Amino acid sequence: MRHILTAIVLLGLIAIIVFGIELTGTRLMVRIATNLCIMLVLVLGLQVFMGNSGILSFAHIGFMGVGAYVSAMLTIPLQMRSMALPDLYPIVAHIEISPYLGILLGGGIAAAVAAALSYPLMRLSDAAAVITSFAFLVVLHTIMLHWSAVTNGPRTLFGLPNITTLPLAAGFAAIAVITALIFKESRIGVLLRASRDDEIAAGAMGANIPYLRWLAFILSALLAGIGGALWGHYVTSFSPKAFYLKETFVVLGMLVIGGPNTVTGAVAGTILVTLAFEGLRATEGFLNSIQLFSKPVIGLTEIILAMAMIVMLSLRPGGFIATREIGDTVMRWFKFRDKTQ
Amino acid sequence: MVELIQFGIDFLSLGGAYALMALGLVIVYGILRLVNFAYGELIMVTGYALYLVNGTALPWLVMAAFAVFIAVLTGIATDYVAFRPVRAKSVTAVLITSFAFSTLLQNAALLFISPRPRNIPLPDIFSRTVEIGGVITPVRNLLTIAMSVIMLALFAWLMRRTVIGIAMRAAATHFTMARMLGVPANLIISSAFAISGLLAGIVALFWLGRIGSVVPGIGLQPLLVAFIATVIGGMRSLQGAVLGGFLLAFIDTSLNYSLPQDLLKFRDAFTFSLVILILLWRPEGLLKGPASGQRT
Repeated sequence: MRHILTAIVLLGLIAIIVFGIELTGTRLMVRIATNLCIMLVLVLGLQVFMGNSGILSFAHIGFMGVGAYVSAMLTIPLQMRSMALPDLYPIVAHIEISPYLGILLGGGIAAAVAAALSYPLMRLSDAAAVITSFAFLVVLHTIMLHWSAVTNGPRTLFGLPNITTLPLAAGFAAIAVITALIFKESRIGVLLRASRDDEIAAGAMGANIPYLRWLAFILSALLAGIGGALWGHYVTSFSPKAFYLKETFVVLGMLVIGGPNTVTGAVAGTILVTLAFEGLRATEGFLNSIQLFSKPVIGLTEIILAMAMIVMLSLRPGGFIATREIGDTVMRWFKFRDKTQ
Repeated sequence: MVELIQFGIDFLSLGGAYALMALGLVIVYGILRLVNFAYGELIMVTGYALYLVNGTALPWLVMAAFAVFIAVLTGIATDYVAFRPVRAKSVTAVLITSFAFSTLLQNAALLFISPRPRNIPLPDIFSRTVEIGGVITPVRNLLTIAMSVIMLALFAWLMRRTVIGIAMRAAATHFTMARMLGVPANLIISSAFAISGLLAGIVALFWLGRIGSVVPGIGLQPLLVAFIATVIGGMRSLQGAVLGGFLLAFIDTSLNYSLPQDLLKFRDAFTFSLVILILLWRPEGLLKGPASGQRT
């Protein structure tokens, strides 16, 4: 019951934002909201792994890149393909699939890559796990940067069909919310959370921890790949730079500020940070336009996000919404009111 | 033969630098069991400190000392900003705060200095070359080897013979017990960060000496090197860090010599895949550290 309530509240929140903006919004608002929905998919993807297993993963954004490039490789219209990716392998060079299929396939391939490569890493915990996931990100980035036949190397890849609209992005965001909630409450999710809270005890009870983490990691990569492909079809041109530390920092910041252990926290953090980001970016643009300083102002947004993260973690290490999903909070509130009456 | 000498010099100079970088990371990790993601920024800070004193009439050694001093201060600042407020709460929290601190420093450099490379002052001797056994090699490489030998010896002496070193090793073995026996926790942790800053600062002089300029993102490569070296060597062992540094340098140099040109650009991907393989074989790293106690 309370889980369904959580789902209803969160989906309602997304629906309100989308409909509100579809009805009244300007193009800028639509852009911000679409971005928000894509970020929701990415942040929830990270939450699936990090929230349930308690292990910080840096590789996530790498899978976002895999999704984006896979979809690009298969959906760039054929007449542009020879220009955008001149050295593409002949097997795929003449296949053009629907971009919607491309998005799903992007997620699927990202999940397959994760499934094939990550199992051994799941045996590691704590710092070693974080460092290897960081190494994983570097490996993926290096490959994206140099595998010119598929990614056009460090240069910008262009020509993706622009199909990501606000309703499509919102639809995927809603699916991501439901997936994350179902996974969290599933048998696997519960076992995994037990291993997060006490690895030794959960192992002693018979939980196969590496296997559980592996499943979560695959699901997480699936969402990341879909998010990346969605983003690719939204911006229509990108380079490997887009899938590296800066993006990692933003996604991680959203999750940490909101609260990594709850789906509600992930959603709240994404919305909050997106709003703050847009505000700051506007300020940055404004400062640059009036030329108050002799140099262009860059990096201010990141500095403030970094400070917010440090302050947040010192004051509330669990983020805004640390343990209780919104449905739970509402239920408790009702019960409390019944008792007092 | 010539090639062997060439290989030896390349390997030793790279290995020395890698080993010192790894030591700087592991000295903090050994005590706190927490990874410092802002470690690479110590290198960046050293570079910018050099850039800021560039053009003054000071001799280079004074400038270098100043830059290393700034790196030490930044190391201690990392402790106060990113570690002390959250270190008792959760491992993940500290990883994220140090990552945030690293981003903070990088973007501060972007905002207040410039996104473009800035030149740093270098002594003449760095650009000279000498001939050894038919091999022409930059003096800088030989200096790097000498410096790493000196620093490693100094470090070994510090850890074995001085009170603070012994206290640090005690804290790394069993933190709670060491505290009960009167080792002041905060002082030990701050000194570990100071030593970390010192090692990073000195390596930075030589690391930047290869490039001659500094950009805000310069810390990433050294950070990765230090990470990988410590993971290979064993996260909690100081000897392991040195071994890991040299091993990583050996892998890197061999790949440089053996990979064909069009695969060479994937070198990082090969190196990191190799690291993942080593970890499969020994998840603890090659050398085990002291049995771990509780961290606080």
